Amino acid sequence: MPSAEPKTAGASLDSAGLLTPAAGLLRFSTAGSVDDGKSTLIGRLLYDSQAIFEDQLASVRKSKVNRSSGPIDFSLLTDGLRAEREQGITIDVAYRYFSSPRRKFIIADTPGHEQYTRNMATGASTADAAVVLIDATKGVLRQSRRHAYIAHLLGVEHIVAAVNKMDLVGFSQEVFERITAEFRAFANHLGIGEVYAVPVSALEGDNVVRRSKRMPWFEGPALLEFLESVPVGDGAISSPLRFPVQYVVRPDASFRGFAGRVASGELRPGMSVVALPSGVKTKVQSIVTFEDELERAGPGNSITVTLEDEIDLSRGDMLAGEEQPPSTGTEFQATLVWMHPEPLDPHKIYLLKHTTRTVRGRVSQIRYRVDINTLEHALATRLEMNDIAAVDVKTTLPLFFDPYRANRTTGSFIVIDPHTNATVGAGIIERAIVHSHMARTSSGQAGQPRIAKEERLLRFGHPSAAIWVMGRPHVAELVERRLFDEGWHVQLAGPNDFLAHELVTVAKAFCLSGLVTVFCPADDGTNQKQVVRAILGPESFFAVRIQDDTDEEAVNRIVGVLRKWRDKHTDAQKGTP
Amino acid sequence: MVVSDLKMDGHAMEISDRFDHLKMLEAESLFILREAAAEFAHPVMLYSIGKDSSVMLRLAQKAFFPGKIPFPLLHVDTSYKFPEMIEFRDWYAQHVGAELIVHKNQKALDEGANPYALGTQKCCGLLKTRALLDALAHGGFDAAFGGARRDEEKSRAKERVYSFRDSLGQWDPKNQRPELWGLYNGRHHKGESIRVFPLSNWTEMDVWLYIHAEKIPIVPLYFAKEREAVVRGNSLLLLQTGVQLLPGEKAQSVKCRMRSLGCVPCTGAIRSEADTVPKIIEEMVSFRRSERENRAIDHDEEGSMEMKKREGYF
Repeated sequence: MPSAEPKTAGASLDSAGLLTPAAGLLRFSTAGSVDDGKSTLIGRLLYDSQAIFEDQLASVRKSKVNRSSGPIDFSLLTDGLRAEREQGITIDVAYRYFSSPRRKFIIADTPGHEQYTRNMATGASTADAAVVLIDATKGVLRQSRRHAYIAHLLGVEHIVAAVNKMDLVGFSQEVFERITAEFRAFANHLGIGEVYAVPVSALEGDNVVRRSKRMPWFEGPALLEFLESVPVGDGAISSPLRFPVQYVVRPDASFRGFAGRVASGELRPGMSVVALPSGVKTKVQSIVTFEDELERAGPGNSITVTLEDEIDLSRGDMLAGEEQPPSTGTEFQATLVWMHPEPLDPHKIYLLKHTTRTVRGRVSQIRYRVDINTLEHALATRLEMNDIAAVDVKTTLPLFFDPYRANRTTGSFIVIDPHTNATVGAGIIERAIVHSHMARTSSGQAGQPRIAKEERLLRFGHPSAAIWVMGRPHVAELVERRLFDEGWHVQLAGPNDFLAHELVTVAKAFCLSGLVTVFCPADDGTNQKQVVRAILGPESFFAVRIQDDTDEEAVNRIVGVLRKWRDKHTDAQKGTP
Repeated sequence: MVVSDLKMDGHAMEISDRFDHLKMLEAESLFILREAAAEFAHPVMLYSIGKDSSVMLRLAQKAFFPGKIPFPLLHVDTSYKFPEMIEFRDWYAQHVGAELIVHKNQKALDEGANPYALGTQKCCGLLKTRALLDALAHGGFDAAFGGARRDEEKSRAKERVYSFRDSLGQWDPKNQRPELWGLYNGRHHKGESIRVFPLSNWTEMDVWLYIHAEKIPIVPLYFAKEREAVVRGNSLLLLQTGVQLLPGEKAQSVKCRMRSLGCVPCTGAIRSEADTVPKIIEEMVSFRRSERENRAIDHDEEGSMEMKKREGYF
């Protein structure tokens, strides 16, 4: 079907260099409420960079609502949803696109209204820069501070202060300098190094895309010029390798590739890598792509890797460099942004999605809540929507992580409610919690000396249980071995291990300590089975029927039942069902 | 025909070794495709035959290379599509080696559903939206890839990469899951599903640049040539099966092309000289007009796309 052939003869694409932005892609977030003129600023960026198509303009002109006094209400270009048109507020993150001769831009346009902190965090999570809007007639308000704080918290590299509505203060240098001094002082307090401040009038276009003639005292680049030239993401190549495995590509028996996106560092054929969680070392054999094999792959590249050795590696696992491996563990401190109307329940087990790995876990302690307006720390026993808090997190299975400051990909996670499936929180990992051998008690119920059942479950990855395999001692031994090898905390109570009258005590002790016990006692003709069953409770007691099957079949049967039972309590690591 | 047979002229732009914005968009899309393929039990790719679908399909080839695309393609055929589209669809699916499922709302067609009798809204509702939802339910698909882009239309600017649909296939714009970093939440109950949009962050220009750089085959209707057409209202309709001249209308030969592909009666052409991909791109730079403008369905009512989406339209 030759007619489908794309024709390419003719014009060159390079006219004016318009089509090949040299500086790649910049994602930036904006935040503000209706009055700040945020939507107007974005509309102006889109309009002046000629990204707004004629007919979209026409439909805005047609619209009945016009909140601005100018001929075109730029804000209507960005407020998308029907509900917003009716209420006149932006209620969700909107993504906007435009290109300048130098760069492609993605704007995460987020609402600034108080209850929508979660949207600001969402917008900032992928942003390289944040444009914080300040109304020149009002000075630095709470909302500007909040935006700067959240942008900084979410690791946004560049903070820009756009002092808007300069037309309403007579383009006064003095007003601009007073405001920027105040904002810089606040930013420094947060730990933000540099802030680029620019005086603009979004409504009239001053210093947005083109430099303003009405503020000759300002010598810096216009907002767009700054965004075009700011460097992005240079640090990630020199960081240690992190390659979360996303998908195993296995077209036939001869090829086994591990597909994923490089989070940081570099991969090269021949390079030594460590597979996590197994800790097995191997070498990269090749880096495969649709086009050809690569000599190197860096941060952000989506590639497929083959390894020199056949090792156990699947989705949720990670390849790391031999040096500077990530933290591996089940406990860490994090900053958590709560995003759901239903408050955080510290006793509830949630799902955590971290890189390509989903595990169960819970918030074991709320250290403090941050007042987003004053930045003061307050004690809290629960978290409401839009709260930000420092917390301790425990997971059932280990994660391979870095502090968020060092790595945005391996330092971030989301919290999912396992019942409603809603995304209820977003977390930023601060540091691993490491327990010394001397103080091995869990920090989970800090201050409480007794360790709760729940805590044992979180550490072991399964609750306690009893498996009753009377009459088949070999099967009992094989079950113990298999479960032990699979990482279970298991103990066999065989026919010769305990005296009959000890059995009840043993069952109690093992049950309390969170173990899975395989009982294969000598039959003494008493009701010992019922007694043990009563100690454990019927839902944790598994009596194995003697069937006419081989030992191996019996073991498979038992282990299969147990795995299913465990997965009901602690999620398997392989993500969604 | 194999893709490598395509000839590129000396000026052709390649995606350079430098990690430019197309490479970044591509890498993100591959990540999304793999994420969904790994997390869902029965994904399907909605294949609409248009340029965005062509790009999405190429990205799927790349994501799972050297393996095959691990999910089928689904085309919802209204039976009012341009014949060139159907010809291209069958050839390209086979060329790529993908399984193709074609679904029609045969009941509505048998009852005579057509845009003239029903109006575009109702016709779309039956032959596109209903047909799509039926096909997804029938196939038991829990995730469907779509080629929608956020820059296409205002209501799409807030669409997630993973867009949750309830058990009736409906979208609730006020109750979307927050989406941070690249951590997509695909969890759902039985009967619910997720639409996955790997091209969320692409613009129309990005799509064309990528088609050019990657030499991706597209339906010939995108290229300008002399075609029999009729001017009706603000639209230029091709005279093909299904379009009849109304009293007072005159057929004329116009050099024109399609900017987006839909159904014959509802998709207008634009006057154009652009008969190559680079010429199309140049035309876009000098002559900016939203690509959906020539589709009647979005103009019926302000916000009409949002209404369709709430009902389940892509």
